[in-house]
Parts: sequence; C-alpha cells; structure tokens
Amino acid sequence: MDQLIVIGAGPAGLAAAVSARAVGRPVVLFDSSDYLGGQYWRHLPPERPARRESVLHHGWERFQSMREQLEADPRCEVVTGAHVWAIDHGRIHVMVGEADGTDREARVYDAGAVVLATGAFDRALPIPGWDLPGVFTAGGAQALAKGERVRVGERVVVAGTGPFLLPVAASLVRSGSTVVGVYEASRASRLVRHWTARPWELLATPHKVLELAGYASSHIGHRIPYVTGHAVTAIEGRDRVESVTISAVDGSWRPIAGSERSVAVDAVCLGHGFTPRLELAIAAGCRLSAERFVEVDDEQRTSVASVFAAGEITGIGGVDLALVEGALAGHLAAGGRLHDPAVRMLRLRRGVLRQFARRLARAHAIGENWTTWLTDETIVCRCEEVSFASLCSAATTTRSSGLRSLKLLTRAGLGACQGRVCGRTVEGILGARTPQGRLSGPRTTDRRPIAAPIRLGELARQGERTTSTKQRP
Amino acid sequence: MTARLVPEANDPIAPRAATPITITVNGEPVDGVLGQTLAGVLLASDILAWRSTSFGDRPRGAFCGIGVCFDCLVIVNGQRDVRACQRRAASGDAVVFHRDAPLGPSGDR
Repeated sequence: MDQLIVIGAGPAGLAAAVSARAVGRPVVLFDSSDYLGGQYWRHLPPERPARRESVLHHGWERFQSMREQLEADPRCEVVTGAHVWAIDHGRIHVMVGEADGTDREARVYDAGAVVLATGAFDRALPIPGWDLPGVFTAGGAQALAKGERVRVGERVVVAGTGPFLLPVAASLVRSGSTVVGVYEASRASRLVRHWTARPWELLATPHKVLELAGYASSHIGHRIPYVTGHAVTAIEGRDRVESVTISAVDGSWRPIAGSERSVAVDAVCLGHGFTPRLELAIAAGCRLSAERFVEVDDEQRTSVASVFAAGEITGIGGVDLALVEGALAGHLAAGGRLHDPAVRMLRLRRGVLRQFARRLARAHAIGENWTTWLTDETIVCRCEEVSFASLCSAATTTRSSGLRSLKLLTRAGLGACQGRVCGRTVEGILGARTPQGRLSGPRTTDRRPIAAPIRLGELARQGERTTSTKQRP
Repeated sequence: MTARLVPEANDPIAPRAATPITITVNGEPVDGVLGQTLAGVLLASDILAWRSTSFGDRPRGAFCGIGVCFDCLVIVNGQRDVRACQRRAASGDAVVFHRDAPLGPSGDR
C-alpha cells in the first residue's frame, strides 16, 4: 500500500501518523525541527536531560507515548530536519538537513495521500517600539522557556488577546521572571458575553474550563494581575526595551485618552491570536474558507481529494481539537472508514471542541480600531522597515486596490520573512484605505510558492542530486 | 539584567548536568551548553541584539523564536542568513553579526 505523507509533527501530525499506522498504512512523517512535538510540545533536546521536564507541559505522557510508538515503528519513517519547500504537480519537495544549511539532501516524494498539519504561529500587531530588542512574540517567549530554559527578561509584561497569554505567563514565572501583568485587550463585558452565551455547551468541555480556571488561580497565587480592556500601546527604550505604556482601550481597542501609565520592564511578550501556515495547502491547491483556514469536510478532507488537513490550519482550536482532527485525518486518509465506532466518538468530540474554539474566537477578536495606537513612524513591516505612514500614503495617493502593486510600491511583505509576520496586518491597513474599503484580486499574503527558505546553490544542485523516494517502502 | 538561562539549581524541571561548549561571537569566546540554539547561547549570555537593519541601522535579535520572522539572522562559519533560533550551536562555531552598511535615502549603499 502507498505510504501516507504527514507534514508537521505537532499534536495534529503525531495523532494522524499514529492513527494511520493503526489501520496499517505506512507513514512518512516530516518535521522541520530536529525533534518531534511541534510548538506545543517544544522541549529540551536530548543533550539536556531533566528529571521533571513534564512540569512545563500539558499532556506530556501522551506526547511521549506517541513519539515512542512512531519512532519504534519500522513502517513509520520519521524525517526530522525536513524542510518541505514546495508541493508542485503532485510532487513534494523536501530539503533534509540543518536549518538554513548549505549542503542539505534534496528529496522528492510522490504526493499520493497527504495529511497537512503545518500548524500556526503567533500574530503580533505592530505597536510603536515593537521592533526593539527585548520584544518577543508570546510564543517565542514560550519556545525559549520550554526549548532553551532561557527567560526573556526579569520584569516582563504579557499583552495582546486570547487564552494563550495565560500559559505563557505561567511559563515565564516557572522560568523565574517577574510578570508585571497580563493585559488582555478584549473588555470584560465582551469576554463575559461570549463565555456565558449558551452555557450548556461548556458542560461538554469541563476540562478546558478547568484548565483556564487553573491558570487564573495560579496567577492569583503568583500575584500576577490579569487585566482586561487594556493594551500595551507603546514600547520605549533606546537600544532595548526599558518601559511600556499601558492604556485602557474601548471595545474597538481604541486607547482611552488619559488612561496611559508607564511601567518599567525589560521584556515584552505580544500575542494577538495566531496565523495558520497555509503555504503548502495553497501550493497543493486546497480551497480556503472565508475565514482563511483550510476548508475541510467531515472527513478532514480538503477540496483536493488526496489531501487531508488537521489542526490549527483548519481553524485555531488548541491542542485537544488538533489531536482529534489529526486522529480523524490519519484514520481516513489511511483508508479507515468514517463509520468505525472509534471514529464516531472522535467526530462527536470534534464538534464540541469546535464550538469551544468559536466561542474563544468571538471573545478575542481583534478590535477594528487597534491602528489608532500607531504613530506615523511605527514600523509595520519589520523586514523592510516600512512605516505606517508610508503604507497609508501609498494606498491613498495611488488609489490602487491591488495588493501586488501596493506591495511592490512599498516593499511591505517582500522581505526575509515573506510577509509571515506583517502580511495580514498590511492587508488590513491597505484595504481600509482603498476607495472600495478592501483590496481587490484573489491573491493574498498567504501565498508563498517557496514555502521554506532554500539557497540558490542547493536549488542549482537539485537536478543532479535529488533522491527520488517514490519506491521507498 | 535581561534574558538569562534559568539557574539549574532553582529550575523546577531538575535538569541533569549539561555539556559545556564554547563558540566565538565576533571573535570573542562565549560559553554555552550542548543542545542550545545559537539564539539560546546569545540570549543566555545577555546578548539581546545581533543584527542591524539595512535602512534604519536598528538593532534586532530574536523575536518569534520559532523560525518565522527571520529577525535573528547571523553569519555562522561563513554562512550568511542563518536563523539563530533554528540552528543548534556546535563547539567552535564562529558567529559573526550581520552588519550591513546602512542604505542611503535612494537605497544605495
């Protein structure tokens, strides 16, 4: 039987590989990192063993058992350091080796059946001074705490929106930082409205509610203020972060004049939700939803019949939903049936967890007037150092509504990160200033035909050195 | 004070002894432990910025920590454009900061 290719070894990809193996299908599992686990189970490398690493994690035993099972399975080929850089005409192009290396092995696989589980990364909205050293994404601070045991600062502020800010603050505390506060921009009234709507739905997810309550109570234990309706609206410092301005914001996230206060900190962690990693799904031809996630049917199947998707690329839902979707995708992509009894339970659970995810998304939606905290000089595109004023003037003076021409004019999103950090922000700022109030054309900043950086030398050598792995067992 | 390695003695995860390594940063020796990324070694040594931007000549270091933002690029053993948060440090690695000459107003060097 043809092998199933699983791209991404976070919770969704691991669950997909395990369930595909359970129905007997050979699996090839790719991850760009050198260890399995994804961002959620980002951990110390084996060279740095610790007796109680589990205290930094939720579901650590589940991760260990999935990892051990797959690594011991001769019919599961685990390929770490696997940088999938293109999917083209049914072929998956992978560079295997160290990150940004010069002499990696080029491999090409037939995309017979594929599960995409590429995950998501933190979105951070621009703030004056957010380009200073000492400002991190919330996930970056989390990755450094879990994967490096580095604490990003002594006095740290955590700001943005969403429940993910809480485990980040907890990790910082466990790494010895003083967290001066967690500032959630959504106002309490909005949170309460969405958390108390249809309360019967919550009965099905008591452990999620308890998990959040656990974070809240541990915050009280550590005396970390959790403040709603407030945002970090400026970050100050000469060559590194020295202080932040915290402001009360209204329901649209417009700072309320006169509410500002300055707090001395040496690090800032920002998280305003997540951006799915869609490059490979787009390259594979998968249709996206209006909310810009990969559209999947009841079977986790995308609009391309041989391609399945699971986890955060189908909607931000957290680890439990990713595990369930991954297990379903792996089972069905491997040829399992939708009406198997085990699958019935997974589908029910998926429905409940998706309701929970929708509730979170509504409670923590980005306020439409957040840009009012920007100054003309605030950098929006960090790579190409494009300011807010230059983006605005490009849109208003050209009266263009084409994303491509505006990007070429301003260079926003054309730098090293290829718009991963600023893309959706740039689209929002430009779109609001076009004559029609939105950008025209089908292209978005999510499209990146080269999905991972490769060196021209490696590309030039590829023809002569490619290992075709079509015949692998 | 700023970024720091969590002291082993106070760490709730009870780490076992790590293997020390030494790299050079712009020619100066910097100590780390085996398994750290280059960004991990730099941050643990209180080096917060290791790149200057092309237009504004502004300092940058780690931002996203997971290989997405490309702010943490360094030169390692002569290789340019290596994401410090993604590359494991090896003893003897020679790290040099990206210091592009700032571009003029017209974009010329």
